[in-house]
Amino acid sequence: MIIRNLLAGTALFASVSAPAFADKASDTVNMAFNKELETADVYFNTAREGLLLNHSVWDGLLYRDPDTGEYKGNLATEWTWIDDVTLELKLREGVTFHNGEPFNADDVVFTVNYVTNPDNGVKNMANVGWMDHAEKVDDLTVRIILKAPFPAAEEFLAGPVAMYPDQYYAEAGPTGMGLQPVGTGPFKVTELEPGKHFVLERFEDYFGGPKGKAGVAKVDIRTVPDTNTQIAEFFNGTLDFLWNMPADQTEKLDAMGKYQVVNAPAMRIGYIAMDAAGRAGESPMTNQKVREAVYHAIDRQGIVDALVKGSSIVVDTACSPAQFACDQSVEGYAYDPEKAKALLAEAGYPDGFDIDFYAYRDRPYAEAIMGFLGKVGINANLNYMQYSALREKHRKGEVPMTFLTWGSNSVADASAITSEFFTGGPQDDARDQEVIDWIESADSTNDKEERKALYSQALQKITKEAYWVPLWTYNVNYVMSPEMAFSPTDDELVRFFSFGWK
Amino acid sequence: MLLYILKRLGLAVLVALTVSALSFSLLFMAGDPAISIAGENAAAEDIAAITERYGFDRPVLVQYADWLVSAARGDLGRSWYFDLPTTEIIGDRLGVTMTLGLLAICFALLLAIPMGVAAAVKPNSLIDRAALFISVVGQAIPSFWFGLILIVVFSIKLGLVPASGSSSWKHFILPTVVLGYYATPAIMRLTRAGMLEVLSADYIRTARAKGLAPRKVLFKHALRNAIIPVISLAAVQMGFMLGGSIVVESIFALHGAGYLAWESISRNDLPVMQALILVFSMFYILFTFLADVLNAWMDPRLRVG
Repeated sequence: MIIRNLLAGTALFASVSAPAFADKASDTVNMAFNKELETADVYFNTAREGLLLNHSVWDGLLYRDPDTGEYKGNLATEWTWIDDVTLELKLREGVTFHNGEPFNADDVVFTVNYVTNPDNGVKNMANVGWMDHAEKVDDLTVRIILKAPFPAAEEFLAGPVAMYPDQYYAEAGPTGMGLQPVGTGPFKVTELEPGKHFVLERFEDYFGGPKGKAGVAKVDIRTVPDTNTQIAEFFNGTLDFLWNMPADQTEKLDAMGKYQVVNAPAMRIGYIAMDAAGRAGESPMTNQKVREAVYHAIDRQGIVDALVKGSSIVVDTACSPAQFACDQSVEGYAYDPEKAKALLAEAGYPDGFDIDFYAYRDRPYAEAIMGFLGKVGINANLNYMQYSALREKHRKGEVPMTFLTWGSNSVADASAITSEFFTGGPQDDARDQEVIDWIESADSTNDKEERKALYSQALQKITKEAYWVPLWTYNVNYVMSPEMAFSPTDDELVRFFSFGWK
Repeated sequence: MLLYILKRLGLAVLVALTVSALSFSLLFMAGDPAISIAGENAAAEDIAAITERYGFDRPVLVQYADWLVSAARGDLGRSWYFDLPTTEIIGDRLGVTMTLGLLAICFALLLAIPMGVAAAVKPNSLIDRAALFISVVGQAIPSFWFGLILIVVFSIKLGLVPASGSSSWKHFILPTVVLGYYATPAIMRLTRAGMLEVLSADYIRTARAKGLAPRKVLFKHALRNAIIPVISLAAVQMGFMLGGSIVVESIFALHGAGYLAWESISRNDLPVMQALILVFSMFYILFTFLADVLNAWMDPRLRVG
């Protein structure tokens, strides 16, 4: 794969003629997805690509301003907590769906009740499972009833929870919605070939709201799986916007000086998980000194500088700095190979040991980590496998040490990562009762300060005991034609409605 | 002849069954399908719900039997990934792959047979060496690299053809060349070897002695005999191209059946995989069968046997 990219990259960059971007005239942004999106129905896909469509074709009840992090009204204009588990929302008047159906309380009630019903089998239950049901108060007032207090409710209502038209969805169902999406959003879908091609056109009757009207008339998205082909199309002017470009290709494109290259942080972080609880049987990883030695052994800043690049930073907290309550004051263990060797000797491994090390992506990073581990005497045998296979093995508790990443679905709240991995679930390698209790009480209180304090305690302990070695944040490279005007945000969400021209 | 066809068909069904059983169990060994369906960011509870809905907790043998029974009824199920009928997805993708495969094999035959004949007429000459060089290069160049070079030259530099997609005939030119070129060497070598053998046969000497025009000897008498094994080879190559055009389809963003098969493996999309295996084996069987019939038609000796 690396050789392939090198060869291909050389071929591409060796000869490039002047680009002819002509799409400002047609007011169309041409862009590519590199994977086939399973369905446009946002409740039945789990891909980043789906999340992008979600925000452009549909609306949530709330909206999070990406610059300030503040929640604003979107389809709802006011919202108040009646009690810990009841949220009352006043809906915006005069909003219509793309098919002309008016938006009102019935749509909210239908959507919430549909997606929370386990029989309907939405894919990301974590996005909606915190709601119990919704009730109509009057035509423009609804109440959402929660199962239990859920502090991140606003974040989810502003994120993945899109509002569907009740009549259309009752008739079309997920399959129909996937083939012919209907929302209230700034763009309507005018053409769709499943997995291959999506054409979005500006919805002229859009109510505006915090998103504002779409800045370009059309967004044409094709699936082009090969990065090098995407770059070739970009050179030809048949694509105007590239995202998720690898660091090496981005550097070359930037060096050409003709294109706009922007790097923005992503919510995804990388980490090393170690089997502290000994689920995979007795291993050196159950010894805290060994885990600290691993922490000391890896020059994370060196890997960021040489490989990850961009706006990535080294983190010592087991969550993303962009998330609420992700305390950045947590102190980790600095790069110090001598200290690592000393700790290994103290732990009874003066000559180091052999261990199985698992990874599923970013092989060069994994190999760099192994190089650093090797220098202090830890011989890591790499098992590089498909994500689903590794995740299954990890869930069964058969993985002593692994390099993983987590993107939190762009949910800007620490619970989106800690609750998944440190509350005693199948991927909790620490199984620390104290940490579990802190996180669980943080997850069920609405008091922001109290949550912060509880998370801080949990995150401090996770790093102190070296259950994980938090590594670095990921970043996304965007490359745009000279004519495009767009500033990427820090949450990896490409807001198509913010596209414009210079 | 009828018995022969029936025997072949029976064998074909057995082969398809074995392959489908093998791939079914291999996919389950490769990882929990529920985790792939749930996607990378899925929470533990999503995976549990999917496992229950699709019945992945049942023994693999039971699940396979289930699939087999519905397949026998003509129901190939719904894609776990796209949640659309499997037949709909495959039908959509197969057209692209069939077009590309047919074009590529025609390109390969048109390039390889004249080269093979020319090389055989003057063995060890400059023409022979040139033909050998062209075919060795075809075998040695990785298709992803060749594809990109063609894109750089003909799409970016010269602007003659689009770089990727499948919306017009122009989109098929570069992929046809890449995929067809890869099949050229084997066909060329076989044509050359066959021609060399036939040209030294007694009946060619007789034909020449009778004073027949050299062109008539070459094409009517020699090539017709030399080409028989080439037809079988072309059929095999065609079968290979249907499933094996993954790299070419991915570079040129063609969304054909080969790319679908590859992606379905990484998505653990079992219904699509199983259906594709069935379709691919059927085509493979069909092509080799057609090649046999064509051979029998061209070579009377085979008809008797």
